[in-house]
Amino acid sequence: MEAFTLLAHGFVVLLTWKTLALMMVGLVLGIFVGVLPGLGGPNGVAILLPLTFTMDPTSAIVMLSCIYWGALFGGAITSILFNIPGEAWSVATTFDGYPMAQQGRAAEALTAAFTSSFIGSLFAVLLITFLAPGIASFALQFGPPEFFSVYLLTFCSFVGLGREAKHKTIISMALGLLLAGVGMDTVSGQLRMTFGFSDLLRGINFLVAVIGLFGISEILLTMEERLALRGHSARISLRVLWNVWKDMPRYWITLLRSSAIGAWLGITPGGAIAASFMGYNLAKRFSKDPESFGKGRIEGVFAPETAAHASGTAALLPMLALGIPGSGTAAILLGGLMVWGLNPGPLLFVEHKDFVWGLIASMYLGNIVGLVLVLTTVPVFAAVLRVPFAAIAPMIVVSCAIGAYAIQNAMFDIWLMLLFGVVGYVFKKIGIPLAPFTLALVLGSRAEDAFRLAMIGAGGDLRVFWSNSLVGSITTLAFILLFWPVISKAVGRVSELLQPAKRTG
Amino acid sequence: MKSFVVAGTAVAAMTLANAPALAWEPTKPVEIVVAAGAGGASDQMARMIQAAIQKHNLMKQPMVVSLKGGASGAEALMYMKSSDSDPNKVLIAYSLIYMLPLSAKIPFNWRELTPVSVIAMDQFVLWDNTTLPYKNVKEFVDAAKASAQPFKMGGTGSKREDHVLTVFMEKKTGAKFAYLPYKSGGEAATQLVGNHTASNVNNPSENLEVWRAGQVRALCVFDKERISYKTKVTDTQSWNDVPTCKEEGLDVQYLMLRAMFLPGKVTPEQTAFYVDLFKKVSETPEYKDYMEKQALKPIFLTGKDMVKFLEEDDKLNSSLMEEAGFVAK
Repeated sequence: MEAFTLLAHGFVVLLTWKTLALMMVGLVLGIFVGVLPGLGGPNGVAILLPLTFTMDPTSAIVMLSCIYWGALFGGAITSILFNIPGEAWSVATTFDGYPMAQQGRAAEALTAAFTSSFIGSLFAVLLITFLAPGIASFALQFGPPEFFSVYLLTFCSFVGLGREAKHKTIISMALGLLLAGVGMDTVSGQLRMTFGFSDLLRGINFLVAVIGLFGISEILLTMEERLALRGHSARISLRVLWNVWKDMPRYWITLLRSSAIGAWLGITPGGAIAASFMGYNLAKRFSKDPESFGKGRIEGVFAPETAAHASGTAALLPMLALGIPGSGTAAILLGGLMVWGLNPGPLLFVEHKDFVWGLIASMYLGNIVGLVLVLTTVPVFAAVLRVPFAAIAPMIVVSCAIGAYAIQNAMFDIWLMLLFGVVGYVFKKIGIPLAPFTLALVLGSRAEDAFRLAMIGAGGDLRVFWSNSLVGSITTLAFILLFWPVISKAVGRVSELLQPAKRTG
Repeated sequence: MKSFVVAGTAVAAMTLANAPALAWEPTKPVEIVVAAGAGGASDQMARMIQAAIQKHNLMKQPMVVSLKGGASGAEALMYMKSSDSDPNKVLIAYSLIYMLPLSAKIPFNWRELTPVSVIAMDQFVLWDNTTLPYKNVKEFVDAAKASAQPFKMGGTGSKREDHVLTVFMEKKTGAKFAYLPYKSGGEAATQLVGNHTASNVNNPSENLEVWRAGQVRALCVFDKERISYKTKVTDTQSWNDVPTCKEEGLDVQYLMLRAMFLPGKVTPEQTAFYVDLFKKVSETPEYKDYMEKQALKPIFLTGKDMVKFLEEDDKLNSSLMEEAGFVAK
């Protein structure tokens, strides 16, 4: 098969000491930027991009993609240890990862996160290897109605599958949608809800909100509990690693489901962020014990991390084949490619085979090297938890502030982050879930644009969302998920009615 | 100045001639502000400039690219406006400097910044999907007129260059289009390939790759004369083979500037440094390659010539916006 020969060639290009050394350097740098909340993948890659200008293209892209993998791995660390997601797709990892860390199972959670990340990426890379040319044409079928149906699916699955009270989920989501509207409206070209403040022009940045909602509010809550948290030492040994791995096969369905969801949403342009939420929600829905989710269940780390990494990896495919970056980090990577005259597009796979297959080979190698690297450093990261809270809290706040500032070099964002910290604290107190809010903030304006473009194109006819089998099936699935609690109850009732009927009949 | 001399060939000769004039130099990393998202035409140009400066050692301080594409680029404009007398920020401007203040009432006027140089002019081309049967402008326009549903025209942003061009096409031909504003030219290109729109008016660079892949057809270029580059880009066509829209009976012309600005209230020495820097950049092989690859029109204006050009260009853009009905009341 041609793919194999090309891939083997890619490995030959990469397997030199120099490349492997670059790989390590890239991974370490990547983990480092991934760990700093808010600095995250996109900013990290942007800062490090000029480092590679003097290298040859292959070395440069290996280094850059390793920074990317490193940042993906690193994002999980802050989510689990401090409840601060570094990237949008790390949000769902906090749901169970953070409670685990609080229970003194940080090492376990980190091992689970890294291993499942690796599995997710591997699944997606295998997919890329064999399906690369065909997937591009699948992604091309996505016009405005299809995009909207995918966003609708994500929103509906949240309401239908969420554990929290439905009305609270909807309140939280609606607030997120409202704030997503701040700034320039692409479709009309007008400003909305900026009230003459030039700081509000660029809208409310998702990461600023997330750092405040999750990170700062957590500090506030812990302060309220009189700094009495987290003296636990995280027991770290090969045994933890071994136990987690031994347990893993039991969750094969979750891993496979999350990999598939992640890969599918990653390839779907713009779907990458939704993947980890969907992976988490579905794992919870199909679990025999959904109540234990959110309280430190290891499956709750496996599910979103696998999906996030499968989608993060698969998101590179639309970027290479179509020039549509699936994530912020991928967008910066895209800028990097262009410096070497590698213009992403349908011809990249034909004209720059060496480069493309070198990159795919580096996905395999980078992931393996990355896994070893992060696993060996788990003790270091887990040890952070043994530092007294009074010492670490100011450091977290400072690094949150730096992170929020670094996203757009704006002092205003630090105030916004603090404000969101208070909002997050209040929400947690009155039991309004934060996840639907963040999801609406990140996808809201895209969903709105897609809906309005679909309406302009169809002359206002809502039937456009059932106009072909692709968009029709996604939209229908969205509604099924929205009304899932009602449907599953109805199904249960019907089968109950049927059973006695059988016995008597 | 020593590092300049070793830098190389043509550049070295230039530098020697101008060396005494260079009184001021940046002492901090220079930020090159991009008023668009990652991967767009402005971003690519910024990366090219960054790489050219670094390779030829044109400046001692490093140059960093800073993406400020929020609010359709208004973020970058307000950022420059609030950076008075800071000589370490350079904006890559395009026609948004005229249009955005009119359509969205952004409190910005390019006269508050310091013009450095115009470094290129960008073209607009009318494209359709190769799977559609319309092989030239006339067939395309006739089909658009006859269609019961208006043809979908993709473009970047609302009430901007692409939208203005669409309105003028409607005025000249009598056909109606449903204009779909996307976030970037790249998105408009992909949506055209996927047949979600019938056409777009992308810049050459935005559609280059899909054109080479044979997925879109270049119908005509919105300029008085054809693009000068004669090297084959696709299997059969060079940029020069694309007819002008006027030749094809559609009398609409529009060119967009690509220009560098410093914030307001900088000293003449500081401005002189950057004029010289971008002059040198425009003589590097990287710049020349880039111009040809992206089918940009070479131009280098500075000083009084540039201000005169900007005033005329502003007047033209304002009248187009007025006529299209895009000026916010």
